[in-house]
Amino acid sequence: MYNSGKIIIGLLVFVLAATFPIWYNAATGQSDEYKPDPKIVVDTGYCVAETNYMRKAHMDLLNDWRDRVVRDGERFVNVQGEVMEMSLTNTCMMKCHWNKEDFCDECHNYAEVSPYCWDCHLEPKEVE
Amino acid sequence: MGIDRRGFIRIAGLTAFGAMSNSVFDHAVASEEITEEGLVAASLKAHRWAMVIDIKKCQEQHGCTKCIDACHTVHNVPDYENPKDEIKWIWHETYEHTFHEQEHEHLPEHLRHLPVLVLCNHCDNPPCVRVCPTKATFQRNDGIVAMDMHRCIGCRYCVAACPYGSRSFNWREPKRWFEENDVDINKSFPTRTRGVVEKCNFCAERLVKGQIPACVEACEANAMFFGDLDDPDSEVREILSSRFSIRRKPNLGTLPQIYYLL
Repeated sequence: MYNSGKIIIGLLVFVLAATFPIWYNAATGQSDEYKPDPKIVVDTGYCVAETNYMRKAHMDLLNDWRDRVVRDGERFVNVQGEVMEMSLTNTCMMKCHWNKEDFCDECHNYAEVSPYCWDCHLEPKEVE
Repeated sequence: MGIDRRGFIRIAGLTAFGAMSNSVFDHAVASEEITEEGLVAASLKAHRWAMVIDIKKCQEQHGCTKCIDACHTVHNVPDYENPKDEIKWIWHETYEHTFHEQEHEHLPEHLRHLPVLVLCNHCDNPPCVRVCPTKATFQRNDGIVAMDMHRCIGCRYCVAACPYGSRSFNWREPKRWFEENDVDINKSFPTRTRGVVEKCNFCAERLVKGQIPACVEACEANAMFFGDLDDPDSEVREILSSRFSIRRKPNLGTLPQIYYLL
């Protein structure tokens, strides 16, 4: 191989640079430090569904609500005996998850997803 | 009565399964048992919603815009000054533009220039629904032609298809207008986003809560009527059977459901 010294050094530099985020985080221990911590401000003691279900499938529940409100013209849902409005802003956010930054964004940013709910729907800050 | 080992295990297994499936599926399908009778009964239902507008009574109010203001406040409709960006749910149009087949040069002056209230006709045979490639706009069982903003891709076929100009496209970001002009947003209704089409929804979100449309409620001249055309005893049927009424562009076969009394 011609110029093997240069090529091998070059490859080495490239691999090191490309994997920089991985070993840098491993070296500084940053990757272990950060875990999303969504905060519930108003503790009503229960959600419209169990925490585990909501963690995994809140998007499915919201889609279900959306379809029933928009497509089927329903509006109310009975949650553990309490009748609630199927509404992202008026139920989910106004009643419990007051702070979008501390609740929704906490995980969405971590998982790098950007749902466009709030392009139209209002967050409590805007309602205030 | 004793219980043997096998029987005990069977019951225990079933109980555990029941408890598990309960906790997992309970809330996902919780909606089925739901809907408190009172609330559901309170919502307004019909087989064919329709509106009757008394043009004469409306015109006697000379430039009253209470219904328009009420609608646009309730539904967070921005008021852009530029007519190219304009969003319209309910607005005034001249007689000659509204009923152009009926227009002729000898019409009385008061008819020709005075404004007629126009809005989405919630057609029985809506061309906008037929052309929508994503089924974002659809006809409900009660006749309302509704929009699902989540599905709208902003292709504007419906805008082209609607013969009444009832649909507006969001060229601008509506929320920004509310911020910049310091106008309060109605918190119980979402805004729209840039790139979707919108129009009058016959106040579907109010009907489900037992309220009549905001424009009808706001009209102090008693010039607007709203009701079920399938109900022979309804107010709208009574008016339509006793007075002469016209519709916009009936020859197109869209079967518009806004009736005008002259």
